[in-house]
Amino acid sequence: MTAVPVLETRGITRDYVSGGMFGGARTLRALKGIDLKVERGQTLAVVGESGCGKSTLARIITMIDAPSGGELLIDGERVDIARDGVSRDLRRKVQIVFQNPYGSLNPRQKIGDVLAEPLKLNTAMPAGERRDRAMAMLLKVGLKPEHFNRYPHMFSGGQRQRVAIARAIMVHPVLLVLDEPVSALDLSVQAQILNLLQDLQDEYHLTYVFISHDLSVVRHVADDVMVMNLGEAVEYRSRDAIFASPEHPYTRTLFAATPQISVESIRDRVARKAATRSQTGGSAGQIV
Amino acid sequence: MSATDDPHLGTAEQEPLGPPPVAPLRENWHYFTGNRGAVIGLVVLGLMVVTAVLAPLIAPHDPSMQYRDALLVPPAWTPGGRAAFLLGTDALGRDILSRLIFGARYSLVIGLVVVTLALVTGIFVGLVAGYFGGWIDALIMRVMDIILAFPSLLLALVLVAIIGPGLFNAMLAIAVVLQPHFARLTRGAVMAEKSREYVTSARVAGAGTLRLMLVTILPNCLGPLIVQATLSFSSAILDAAALGFLGMGAQPPTPEWGTMLAEAREFITSAWWVVTMPGIAILVTVLAINLIGDGLRDTLDPKLKRS
Amino acid sequence: MPLLEVRNLSVSFDVAAGQFFAVQGVDLSVDTGEVLAIVGESGSGKSVAMLAVMGLLPPIARVTADVLRFEGRDLLAMSARQRRDLSGSEMAMIFQEPVASLNPCFTVGFQIEETLREHTSLGASARRARAVELLTQVGIPEPEERLKSYPHQMSGGQCQRVMIAIATACNPKLLIADEPTTALDVTVQKQVLDLLLRLQAEHGMALVLITHDMGVVAETADRVIVQYNGRKMEDTDVVSLFESPKSPYTRALLAALPENAKGGRLPTVSAFAVGAEAQE
Repeated sequence: MTAVPVLETRGITRDYVSGGMFGGARTLRALKGIDLKVERGQTLAVVGESGCGKSTLARIITMIDAPSGGELLIDGERVDIARDGVSRDLRRKVQIVFQNPYGSLNPRQKIGDVLAEPLKLNTAMPAGERRDRAMAMLLKVGLKPEHFNRYPHMFSGGQRQRVAIARAIMVHPVLLVLDEPVSALDLSVQAQILNLLQDLQDEYHLTYVFISHDLSVVRHVADDVMVMNLGEAVEYRSRDAIFASPEHPYTRTLFAATPQISVESIRDRVARKAATRSQTGGSAGQIV
Repeated sequence: MSATDDPHLGTAEQEPLGPPPVAPLRENWHYFTGNRGAVIGLVVLGLMVVTAVLAPLIAPHDPSMQYRDALLVPPAWTPGGRAAFLLGTDALGRDILSRLIFGARYSLVIGLVVVTLALVTGIFVGLVAGYFGGWIDALIMRVMDIILAFPSLLLALVLVAIIGPGLFNAMLAIAVVLQPHFARLTRGAVMAEKSREYVTSARVAGAGTLRLMLVTILPNCLGPLIVQATLSFSSAILDAAALGFLGMGAQPPTPEWGTMLAEAREFITSAWWVVTMPGIAILVTVLAINLIGDGLRDTLDPKLKRS
Repeated sequence: MPLLEVRNLSVSFDVAAGQFFAVQGVDLSVDTGEVLAIVGESGSGKSVAMLAVMGLLPPIARVTADVLRFEGRDLLAMSARQRRDLSGSEMAMIFQEPVASLNPCFTVGFQIEETLREHTSLGASARRARAVELLTQVGIPEPEERLKSYPHQMSGGQCQRVMIAIATACNPKLLIADEPTTALDVTVQKQVLDLLLRLQAEHGMALVLITHDMGVVAETADRVIVQYNGRKMEDTDVVSLFESPKSPYTRALLAALPENAKGGRLPTVSAFAVGAEAQE
């Protein structure tokens, strides 16, 4: 018995039209036909550099923008937001966490209200119960009760990201899209957030679409990996397969450009540099 | 397994932060008081408000009381002046100091009413234009442009001529003329904030259009609006004074500063104090408010954040 | 004698809540031709320390140091004019956001020539020739055409190259790079770092690289300083840092790297009980 995949896309395309009135209209094809499938509880990592279309894809999956072509299926149902809009049930199924912890929270809204808002908008819960739920979620993501009435600018990037994650799971979505959630965070904070995401995934049986440009993070979190370049999925395989032997030249370029942190490679580099220096004669070098 | 019990999670407090967070109001006050001009303006305005509120207690005479035996008496420190009338009297024998004190009430009320009207309508119009964009935005902004194309005083004058002279009509006309500034500011701020991620997050959480406009976006646009409001305050006072001067604003015997100037036109060379005193009153008020406005702008501008 | 010598540097700011110390008692030294990486997370004071050396902090910052010497000259005792003469010609700095670091109203050529006009006595055509030479050196194709481009017409990586060209225009002895590749894609990052190292080797320049990315440190540094909360935690050569770090904070940082993750969970800094970590 095969379960219905939580997320499936078939041939998603997205065009941007610029120009128009006074010049020739130019069509930019940001997504050139993306097929993917994610099962419940799995994590799909989407890797690529800027301009590859991963954020566009994220917005389409989260039903913020409509695709120009292709099909989007959530929990097996076809979704067409251009034609039908987004129903409350659908909204609850898919949520998103953005990259920038400093932009994704309303500077004029207290944290407690930020967390209670999704409940207010999507359920008929009374105010007291909303507040209790919000407080419970605040504690669950590792913050303290006294944070409930504070404003976002009083928190660090990592704490804000926790709030963003808490907000996203308030309505118990089945699919969580994470658009570079740890890229703007320090290393130690990154580790905490990745741990948190893992715990939440285990507890709520969440499905993740994890967008990142950092291969080391991808290796840590992903079950499947999709590498994107210029709007296309150039490689789409399981994590172990890709990291064992990347096939596509672009994937190989990405791997080659990622810094190596092994002691051996560092020793080699230092030795090479010392050798070049002694060849050119002394450490002073030449001032041109 | 709850995330908070897990020792590996670590508390979110362990991260090294910048300086300890300060409540926003206190921080703003700290910056505002660093600007000496702004503080002086605030003090002067404060004195003016107190004067206006306590006018009946402070003013030495009744503002409409005409002393037949004291017409055009010069100020007390000049030869021929009388101690009873510190700043002298006007052509009908009314004490100028008392009229100025009561006039403060009018000026402050004018500023308040005009700015409130212009602010509310301007924000509404700007919100709609900025949020919806497209042809709605184009239509609204063209109407605003038409209003702005006229010299403000001239347009106010025409409006007052149509609806009839009087203080309230003058305030209405000035509000209409000032409103496009607020509309433009709001529209610009809304367009800038509209594409920010917290707005998208609110939309993904399920917020509808009205909520997004009023609850999510608008509170974040208030900074420049507050500054514009203080500057419009002084504009309103000046415009009301001008309309009063032209006889289209407050009607005599109202002790409004502009009207006082109008009545004193013929005495510019013969009795300078009748013209100069209201003029100085207007000058000082407008200067104080502008200094406050500048101070507020420096405080609220995030790019000038010093820490 | 080291090129740059700093002892007991402290930087504090007067803010609404009182006095805040961004940097406390930091020592460091950089030799000619050396690549020093300063690693730390946000709030560690790594950028502020180098901005203090360059004299780029706002007036509300108070800079104190026992020793702050560049080539033996005391930086704190210098007049503002002398300091300005130094920066751009002998000491240069590049920043994190390449497109924002360039003036959007002026062409790239104008901005390069501005530095030359300020610090050299070259004539107009000589400046232009030098600008073309610099753009070639940093690997920008069609340099004569590029001189007329505006920053918004160029990609992030190209803008960073232009920044490097401006910074190296007068052959500085010390180049400070504050997170130069953080805003760039990983392939572009590699190109820019390679460029920096190449220029550094060719001109015998000392390079101070401020970063929070351990990968960048591994690929570029000779020596590394680790900073946390305004204090120096560790100061050692790069191999020793990765092989046998002494400070618990460094060990925590290295353990938190996803590359070093053993099993499902990443150990976090708190797990190493940094707490009241004293300066080493």
